[in-house]
Amino acid sequence: MHISTRRNDKATIFDLSGDIDFANSPLFRDSVLREIRESRRPRVLVNLSQVRYMDSSGVASLIEGLKASRDLGSRFILVGLSRSTRDVLQLSRLIKVFEVYDNEEQAMAS
Amino acid sequence: MLALYSNPKWLSVVRGTVERLTETLGFPIAQRRSITRAVDEALTNIARHSYGNRLDQPIAMYFRRAQRRHDGQVQQGLEILLCDSDPPVDPCKLQGRSLDEIRPGGLGLHFIRQAMDTVEFTRKGPTNRLRLVKYLAQGNSVL
Repeated sequence: MHISTRRNDKATIFDLSGDIDFANSPLFRDSVLREIRESRRPRVLVNLSQVRYMDSSGVASLIEGLKASRDLGSRFILVGLSRSTRDVLQLSRLIKVFEVYDNEEQAMAS
Repeated sequence: MLALYSNPKWLSVVRGTVERLTETLGFPIAQRRSITRAVDEALTNIARHSYGNRLDQPIAMYFRRAQRRHDGQVQQGLEILLCDSDPPVDPCKLQGRSLDEIRPGGLGLHFIRQAMDTVEFTRKGPTNRLRLVKYLAQGNSVL
């Protein structure tokens, strides 16, 4: 997994790629939570378009990010779900919990 | 048979192996993904809960063809046996959680049960055994 972070006035944007599994989800979780708490932008976007696989620990990290964002009054938005990430969110019935957009432009315009 | 340690860095290697195996056996792509996810989640559960995140504990995986008679027809399938040698698993901890809850954790077992036709936990001697079986739709065959 690779994670990089961008910021502008309206959002913190996480670009993820590769596989998110138990080997690296602690790093993913810690990076996202730290950035959410430090940057405090109105939106938090998680770009999953380059993620090939995500396990339940990755889903758990997204839930924690969602809760941390809500606590700080930010919106937590997923963009560019791959088939695999969409599958795992649907299986867990959590896809309705998240704001989901096809791409970053739509998410920023929302 | 595949022998590995409980270090999660091996998860991606196992996923690659299971993906190729299920493709070779003729499972459709959606089932290949779900079986791979089930095995990944099962190994994660062993590493986390049985071995307490220790990285150097042994896990053995066995793969073999399975067969059953269903609606008068023979169905071919894949049986996967995962073995670890930690203290017995508490069955109460193998229930998963309600999907109505919105909280981290507890989803792995749910994914395993959704993916597989058979999910059985047994204890044999000093070994915890998790048996997973998935059958192909009728008309398909395992090689």
